Amino acid sequence: MQITVDLNTCESHGSCVFAAPEVFSFDDDDHLQYEAEPDDGLRAVAEKAAASCPVRAITVVPAS
Amino acid sequence: MSAAVSPRQVVIVGASLAGLRAATALREAGFTGRLTIVGAERHAPYDRPPLSKQFLTADVPADTALPVPDGLRARWLLGRAAVRLDPYRRVITLADGMRLPYCGLVIATGAAARSGVVDGEPGPEQGVFTLRGRDDAAALRAALTPGRRLLVLGAGFLGGEVAAAGRALGLDVTLVESGAVPLERAVGAEVGAFVGTLHREKGIDLRTGTTVTEFGTGPDGRLKGVRLADDQLLAVDVAVLALGAAPATGWLAGSGIEAVGGVPTDSRLRALFPDGTTVPGVVAAGDAARVPQPLADGAAPALGHWAGAAEQGAAAARTLLLGDAAPAFAEVPSFWSDFHGVRLRSVGLPGLADTVKVHECDRGARRVEASYHLDGRLIGALTIGRTSRLAAYRRTLAEYTPR
Repeated sequence: MQITVDLNTCESHGSCVFAAPEVFSFDDDDHLQYEAEPDDGLRAVAEKAAASCPVRAITVVPAS
Repeated sequence: MSAAVSPRQVVIVGASLAGLRAATALREAGFTGRLTIVGAERHAPYDRPPLSKQFLTADVPADTALPVPDGLRARWLLGRAAVRLDPYRRVITLADGMRLPYCGLVIATGAAARSGVVDGEPGPEQGVFTLRGRDDAAALRAALTPGRRLLVLGAGFLGGEVAAAGRALGLDVTLVESGAVPLERAVGAEVGAFVGTLHREKGIDLRTGTTVTEFGTGPDGRLKGVRLADDQLLAVDVAVLALGAAPATGWLAGSGIEAVGGVPTDSRLRALFPDGTTVPGVVAAGDAARVPQPLADGAAPALGHWAGAAEQGAAAARTLLLGDAAPAFAEVPSFWSDFHGVRLRSVGLPGLADTVKVHECDRGARRVEASYHLDGRLIGALTIGRTSRLAAYRRTLAEYTPR
C-alpha cells in the first residue's frame, strides 16, 4: 500500500490522525508526518483517514 | 424490524455530504439495486464549510463540488424537494407530484438557517442575508464589496467566520452577540474571550450583551441601518443573520415521525416513531438526524458537523443493508472553524461540560488548549494552533462507553 498526501492541499485538520494514528501524526507545529508505505494490515484505517479528510488531500493506492 | 432484507430500491432524500456518503457506502457494500438521490437544490452535492470561508474571500469563488465516484449508478432528481413521506405504504412524494416508492430510505435533508430576528417581522428585502447553501453564499459574496458596512448578528462559529471574511474583504464590520463573550455556551468563557479579543484585534467592532431590535429600510427598500437593544443606531448596508440552523424536516409532517430538533434515531441511525419503535426501512443521517451520543450517555444533542454528516451517511447505509448486524454508531464528534488565519478544532462535546480546564492560552502565539469535563469525566477538548494535542483526547473519549 502506498500513501500520498498532497501537502499543498493539506490544511492540518487532523482527521487522518484521528482515524489512523499508526500512519499519520503531527509535529508540535501541526505539520503532518506520515508513513508512505505502511503495512497492508492498516489498509482499512488508511482508507478511513482518506475519507475523513475534509480537503481530500490523501490518496491510498494498493500495492501492485 | 431487525431483518436485513436486501433492499432493491433505495431512495436518498438530500443530495449533500451525508446523502452522497450514504450512496457511496451502499455501492461499496455491494448494493446492486436501484438508487435514487433527491435534492431540493439544483446543485449536485457540494461541500458547505468553505462557503463561509474561502468561498467568500477568494478572487475566484472556490469550487466546492464534491466528487461523485465512478460507478455510483444513481438516478439524480435535483431541484426537486420531497414534500411528504408515507412510511406505511413506503412512498415519498415530491413537490411536482412524483411518487417514489422505496424499500430503503435515507433521510439526509440537512438543516436550514434560522431567520426572523425581530419578533417574526420580516426585515428589509434587500441587504439582509442568511448563509446556508451555495446560492446564499454567492448572493452574499456579491454584496460584500469593499467600503460597505457589514453587520453580523450572532458571534457563533458561522458569524465569526463571516465577520472575519468581511474584514478580510475590507468592509467595516460590526459583530453583535447577545452573550457576554462569543461562543460562551459552546467553548466556555475564557476561550470565548480569547476569540473575542481576536476579533477586536482584527478591527471588528464586537458588541456583546446586546442584540438587534429593528431594521431600518430606506425608501428604495434597501437596508440602511439597525437599532440595537440599548437604542443605539448603526448605519449598515449589509446584514447577515448567523443565528444557527434548524433541521429541515418540515416535509415529514403527517408521517408519524416527530422530528423535533431532528429525526430521532436509535444507535444504528434507524428512524424512530414517538413510541420508540423503528420506522421500517428508514434511516437518517447528518444535520437532519438526532443521533444518540455515547459520550452524552445516549442523549442526542443536535450537532451539525461536517464529520458527523460524512460518518453518519456511511453508517446509515450500512444499517439499511445489515440491520442489527451493522455496528452501532459511536464516532467521537469533531468540529473545526477558521477565522483570522487561526483554526479552532474540537473533539467530543465541549458544549455539555460543567467544568473547563484551560491548559494553554497564549495570545501572542495564538495557541489554546482546553479540556472539558462533566461530572469529573472528560467530555471534550479544544485547541487553537495545537491540533497535535487533540488525538490523545480523542482516544480517551473513544474509549468511553456509557454506563
